[in-house]
Amino acid sequence: MKYIDEFRDKGLARRLAETIAAEAHPGRDYRLMEFCGGHTHAIFRYGVQHLMPPNLRFIHGPGCPVCVLPMARIDHAIALATQHDVTLCTYGDLMRVPASERKSLLKAKADGADIRMIYSTQDVLRIARENPERQVVFFAIGFETTTPPTAVAVKTARAEGLTNFSVFCNHVLTPSALQTILSTAGPDGVQLDGILGPSHVSTLIGSRPYRFVAEQFGVPVVIAGFEPLDVMQSALMLVRQLNEERCEVENQYTRAVSEEGNRKAQALIEEVFRIRPEFEWRGLGFLPNSALALADAYADLDAEERFPVEIAPAKEIKGCECPAILRGVKTPTECKLFGNPCTPDNPMGSCMVSSEGACAAYWSYGRFREPAQSLRIPAVSG
Amino acid sequence: MTSDRRFPVRLDLRKGAVDMSHGSGGRAMAQLIGELFQRYLDHELLTLGNDQALFTPPPGRLVMSTDGHVISPLFFPGGDIGSLSVHGTINDVAMSGARPLYLAAGFILEEGFPLGDLARIVESMAQAANAAGVPVVTGDTKVVERGKGDGVFITTTGIGVVPEGILISGDRAEPGDVILVSGSMGDHGVAILSKRENLGFETEIRSDSAALHELVAAMIAAVPDIHCLRDPTRGGLATTLNELAHQSGVGMQIREDAIPVRPEVAAACELLGLDPLYVANEGKLIAICPPDQAVRLLDAMQAHPLGMESAIIGEVVEDPHRFVQMETGFGGSRIVDWLAGEQLPRIC
Repeated sequence: MKYIDEFRDKGLARRLAETIAAEAHPGRDYRLMEFCGGHTHAIFRYGVQHLMPPNLRFIHGPGCPVCVLPMARIDHAIALATQHDVTLCTYGDLMRVPASERKSLLKAKADGADIRMIYSTQDVLRIARENPERQVVFFAIGFETTTPPTAVAVKTARAEGLTNFSVFCNHVLTPSALQTILSTAGPDGVQLDGILGPSHVSTLIGSRPYRFVAEQFGVPVVIAGFEPLDVMQSALMLVRQLNEERCEVENQYTRAVSEEGNRKAQALIEEVFRIRPEFEWRGLGFLPNSALALADAYADLDAEERFPVEIAPAKEIKGCECPAILRGVKTPTECKLFGNPCTPDNPMGSCMVSSEGACAAYWSYGRFREPAQSLRIPAVSG
Repeated sequence: MTSDRRFPVRLDLRKGAVDMSHGSGGRAMAQLIGELFQRYLDHELLTLGNDQALFTPPPGRLVMSTDGHVISPLFFPGGDIGSLSVHGTINDVAMSGARPLYLAAGFILEEGFPLGDLARIVESMAQAANAAGVPVVTGDTKVVERGKGDGVFITTTGIGVVPEGILISGDRAEPGDVILVSGSMGDHGVAILSKRENLGFETEIRSDSAALHELVAAMIAAVPDIHCLRDPTRGGLATTLNELAHQSGVGMQIREDAIPVRPEVAAACELLGLDPLYVANEGKLIAICPPDQAVRLLDAMQAHPLGMESAIIGEVVEDPHRFVQMETGFGGSRIVDWLAGEQLPRIC
């Protein structure tokens, strides 16, 4: 594939690996948090960690929207579909995320709820147009990247007078998650030396919003693309900043990210959404100013306003270490549930569901590197 | 077709639709069978009109296989549910090394399904069966109320006879054996997906749906000691290799660079976040054979029109965990795990 294979070139990868190995000082650690699940996925899918020197470790961050969604929001979505008999539309990743009482959207669908998997917000609008007698709710989720399409859908619905369309809004904001991770970092929290910053999010918000990471917390940032060579080059840029005792926000992903970001998309987001005073994140707790709801002018399209639901407090799975894994404090293999009983076929926590989740990536791509006992590989029958 | 005096008015294949009487066992069902199924699937054992087909099997070991088809959409680039239901079962029979002999077909029709579409499907089934030389010799039709089915579901069953001296089974892979595939991976799944709502690609990707028994016959003629054969349908290459590794109690080591994937399929998968190794095929097979036979087998496969793009993709290794591992095109390595969940529902 042209324009993609170039970023997956084996020869360049080997040369970059040699440069990193030569420049990394053997006497120190390079603990680099990749913020996004997209990075985590690339690191595992292409075996990037395997190409790094042993003192350079990737720590997996919270940038997987499915993973940070608290169980209460899935419970809420199931209640929307069951208590109000709406058609609930959502991206495929969310279908298997565990809810309270071992439920999930997939199980609710099997029990008769009208839940549909869609690929884009345009699909939701089409379903609403084709089924005027049904109330159609879009379960909107994601970081800044997926927010503009939701905004466009909201504006389209308003323009067309689609009264049976509404949005259950779960869009969250990257900088507040970074702020929380860094303010709890240290001996009791995660220990990190540098951050591979979000790439697609940054195409929207630009590189400027990360300045506080370098200025307040003294941690260097490199905004990193999602292809494996992007990740490796960004790791090299962080190694150089650390070696030279620089602490800056650098941009590796210059082919898509500017300092300002996409102003048109920013204006759209500002028009359609408002910032929630606080929002719960799995693993990080209730964070102030960390998520979006529909702006007052569009409140009539807000499914939370239109369809009040009653839900019991969420019941987290005992022993699930997703919260600590999302903060980078624990690795997936340190969770007692990892591999038995928690696997991608039977996920107990959200990090085992999405291919961007750290646990799913460990399980699917990396577990052969670990000794078998510590992995609790289920007994093989037959 | 001679006119039947029981049915003065012919079935309306242009505007007519299936109704409940077509599954009643009465006159309307007899007319549907006569004017549609027997007309296209014209074989003496079928047109005789019995509820079973009577034949004498040739000497040797018989194999039998059955496969239900629920694909959506019913018509797709490179095939339809009719041809797929013939190819799918022929391939399941052929993966034992057998020569397929006969097929049986069961139809579940939904009330309101257009008779014209049904005729297209049955005609396509007949063409596929004729081309393969494996006739449909008995069948069954049921009708369910509107909303209780999705147009048409077809179950086909096949029997075949295995040549003497051939023992092909998923538990026979041994460390050192070589793994081959007969062509590019993921074509069928991406063709189906691209036809589903709202995923129009500019390049038309065609399903690879095909009957593989003649390719298999050429392969066992060249290398009688093939250890395993399997067609990587649902779950794709990755899942099928895991099944074989599990059944044989071995590990597998494959090379990403060696696995054939069409550029348009790779691009579609990239766009949709799919991995072509997990996407279904309907006209490809995986073969595992002793190392000293691998080149001979590869030559035989490449000499057949359905195996021209065959490739050696890896080896069987010892591994108590029965993992399938892959050297990535990037130079790293990783596990290729079973498919988790459902990547694409209703693919065959």
